[in-house]
Amino acid sequence: MGVRPSDRAGDTLLRGLCATAAVAVIAVMVDIAYQVLHGSHQALSKFGLGFLVHTTWRPNFDVFGAGSFLYGTIVSSLMALLIATPLAIAIALYLSLMAPRGVRSIVGSLVEMLAAVPSVVIGFWGILVLSPFVRDHLEPWLHGAFGFIPLFGPPQTTGSSTFTAGLILTIMVIPIIASVSRDLFDTVPQELQDGAAALGATRWEIVRGVILPSTASGVAAAAFLGLGRALGEAIAVTQVIGAGTGIHASLFATGDTLASRVANEFAGATSTLHTAAIFYAAAILLVIGLSTNLFAQWIGRRFDPSRLVAR
Amino acid sequence: MTRSSTDGSADLEAVTAVLPRIRIGGERRAPAAAAASPSVAAVPREVVFQARGVGVSYGEKRAIAGVDLDIPRNLVTAIIGPSGCGKSTFLRSLNRMNDTVPGFRLDGQVLYHGHDVYGPGVDRVEVRRRIGMVFQKPNPFPKSIYDNVAWAPRNLGLREGLDARVERALRGAALWDEVKDRLKDSALGLSGGQQQRLCIARAIAIEPDVLLLDEPASALDPIATLAIEELMHTLKQRYTIVIVTHNMQQAARVADRTAFFSLDVSGSDRVGTLVEYDTTEMIFTRPADTRTRDYVTGRFG
Amino acid sequence: MSTTEVDFTAPLVATGNLRRRHRVSRAAEGLALGSSVAAVAVLGIIVAYVVVHGAGALSLDFLTKEPSPGGGPGGGIAPAIVGTGLLVGVATVIAMPIGVLVAVYLTEFAGPAAARPIRLALDLLNGLPSIVVGLFVFGLLVVGKHQSGFAAAFALSIIMLPLIARSTQEMLGLVPRQLREAADALGVSRWRTVLTVVLPSAAGGIVTGTVLAVARAAGETAPLIFTSSIFGNRVTLDLLGTPIPNIPVQIFTLSETPDPSGYERAWGAAFVLLSFILVANIGARALLTRSRKKMGR
Ligand SMILES: Nc1ncnc2c1ncn2[C@@H]1O[C@H](COP(=O)(O)OP(=O)(O)OP(=O)(O)O)[C@@H](O)[C@H]1O
Ligand SMILES: [Mg+2]
Repeated sequence: MGVRPSDRAGDTLLRGLCATAAVAVIAVMVDIAYQVLHGSHQALSKFGLGFLVHTTWRPNFDVFGAGSFLYGTIVSSLMALLIATPLAIAIALYLSLMAPRGVRSIVGSLVEMLAAVPSVVIGFWGILVLSPFVRDHLEPWLHGAFGFIPLFGPPQTTGSSTFTAGLILTIMVIPIIASVSRDLFDTVPQELQDGAAALGATRWEIVRGVILPSTASGVAAAAFLGLGRALGEAIAVTQVIGAGTGIHASLFATGDTLASRVANEFAGATSTLHTAAIFYAAAILLVIGLSTNLFAQWIGRRFDPSRLVAR
Repeated sequence: MTRSSTDGSADLEAVTAVLPRIRIGGERRAPAAAAASPSVAAVPREVVFQARGVGVSYGEKRAIAGVDLDIPRNLVTAIIGPSGCGKSTFLRSLNRMNDTVPGFRLDGQVLYHGHDVYGPGVDRVEVRRRIGMVFQKPNPFPKSIYDNVAWAPRNLGLREGLDARVERALRGAALWDEVKDRLKDSALGLSGGQQQRLCIARAIAIEPDVLLLDEPASALDPIATLAIEELMHTLKQRYTIVIVTHNMQQAARVADRTAFFSLDVSGSDRVGTLVEYDTTEMIFTRPADTRTRDYVTGRFG
Repeated sequence: MSTTEVDFTAPLVATGNLRRRHRVSRAAEGLALGSSVAAVAVLGIIVAYVVVHGAGALSLDFLTKEPSPGGGPGGGIAPAIVGTGLLVGVATVIAMPIGVLVAVYLTEFAGPAAARPIRLALDLLNGLPSIVVGLFVFGLLVVGKHQSGFAAAFALSIIMLPLIARSTQEMLGLVPRQLREAADALGVSRWRTVLTVVLPSAAGGIVTGTVLAVARAAGETAPLIFTSSIFGNRVTLDLLGTPIPNIPVQIFTLSETPDPSGYERAWGAAFVLLSFILVANIGARALLTRSRKKMGR
């Protein structure tokens, strides 16, 4: 059977188109890295790595340091991660092991819906609803109870704070960590759970003794995905964090993150150095984002559900 | 009831019904005479399980119906029968492992030392603590060998003398010599036969009353199978054993009693029923039911 | 030798430490349930606020009129609604063919060595902070020129691309091997097989992925504030020349001003946006379940 010329041409064409698309994807990714680094060139050569530690950000004087934003990024994201991870694991356990079938799919979809709410909407809600609540109730209470810890300093009057930002980020990363973890828990073979149950273990003992240990690296990867999301979130954080500068021990002070600062200042870039400084901040974000992502993939790859079952 | 009981098991039922329930404490001793007995009726024994008209359905599907069966203490009772006749279903309903299967329903009664296993107020975790189970496919936890065995005792708060307990369990499962130098290694590195014995060790580490074994050797090679079978003989000194097997030679080798299940065709449904239950010798030499004879002689199933 | 002192003939109720272990287990289960309830409650609270406040702002005028001049009260968000539709539409036109082609390349043509960097690029792209994407497009298309609808749509398409590629790829992976082999056995050439057999049977997944990506892009703000944030009240088709009004940036700017009269319009805009996104999500999920079922999964 001879190959029709039109077929050969068709095959080549399709293959070529697909390959072009694939190359385009890689090119875009590379170009993003290039553009961001290129844009930050001027600030990079002027401030060097000192940019990461200096905390003065004065566009009018062409002095830029992203130290306090880096600090705010790390603090708000860590806070979100610390609160969100246990909650998300608990949700995933509920969905994977406890929920009756009907409830499971409904609650599961609702949790994923939470991830679909746009950050600008969450942030807007954060400004008008969460911030006042945090300012009037949560922060005073925490300050009263744990005020001896510097983290819980006196509340500010605005309600904008690193703490509020951390809470908003918590809301945003919970569904990410929960849905990945749920999928992981679903992969734990029933035989293992039966084996534990047949030894007279309670449900919690099965979770703690079998399910969590066998999925630990995958859950860690999920947490890193969540962290990556929290580190890079710009809009919702900008809306509630209060655009403060300087490093404060108290979570209740205003602050700023790299992403939030980038989002916040761009419209009003005053000089080319200012623009470059913003690109520099984005470059840090890019590096952090890519490395958490790669790291998440790396630990995730070490999790292989088929390893859990004996041959 | 669809059951076609043999004279022997009918007698057993009659005997156990009039027996006063024997109380036993922690100490256990195998009554010596019974194993060699030619007929079930000859020597009365303490009964661990009494199945009374047990039927199980999964949703609409009826898996077994009308099973009446008494399982005596410190013997090996084998359950044989063609695939899909409900052997596993019956076994798993003895320690409530079916509870989590969606649509599972049981009627009739399973009595364990006279207590209804499905009665109100029964704690199924407690049931499984007393009635251990080993599955067809070895399912060691992805932990070290030591931790596999020590896990359940730790849960139960049996931390004192844990090392000794682990060693005892591994010796009990005839695995100690092979693993004593690598207790900290992952259990997943063991061979299939070793893994299965580890699962047995894991089960006996908390010293249950009964061991349920669901085709424990079907995934193993002949040598590993032999090791498991030999283990049965020592384990029954201490434990009451119920073993499901596909392999009739295996039943003949290890079991004192054998129950033959088969699929009854009733209408369009095929439902598992107990056809015959007797001493292993009777089942394999003089079965009362033609279906049993056909099965054990290999003419069927 | 320590033995477990259990009287096996005792009634089948908790013995030893089991009562305490049950309490621990119940507490853990309670926390799991409580966390789930909390997450659903947070969603419920956010949606309830948006619905309650947004419904107050909603009217036919709000959906069909331009904002009142000078940004005062009254007026609507019609340009932003149309603009978001336009931007997302253009982004879809860019992202969907590329996403599908990449997925086809990965499942039909690429060997493992070629597939790896492509998968990696898709994953990285997916994990990239969207503000970085916005800044990239700013540097590429806006700096030295001006904001434009095209720049915004391009930025959104970068957000959508990995989502579409991934879900398409997942669905292509579900296409039964026999289908391809049957086509091969009939001597049907590769491109005909892909176009007439493989892609059609994965259509459900492709559409689902695209709808989810559209829902995601419609709510993205960060890529737009550098590319299409300084806009008037007009949606023009001059995508290359002018920025296009859109809902997310509208909400963002309204939320950043201290004027409470803007808040009502922001709630209204949030209501419109969230309704669209949630409906699209629910629809996509229903579609996915259906097409998975059709493929026997
Ligand atoms: N979890 C389940 N859900 C629904 N039906 C089930 C389930 N487990 C078993 N069944 C059905 O119950 C019947 C008995 O199955 P069971 O596994 O008890 O048979 P078996 O005798 O152990 O078979 P085999 O020798 O193949 O292990 C079968 O028809 C089977 O399809
Ligand atoms: Mg079976």
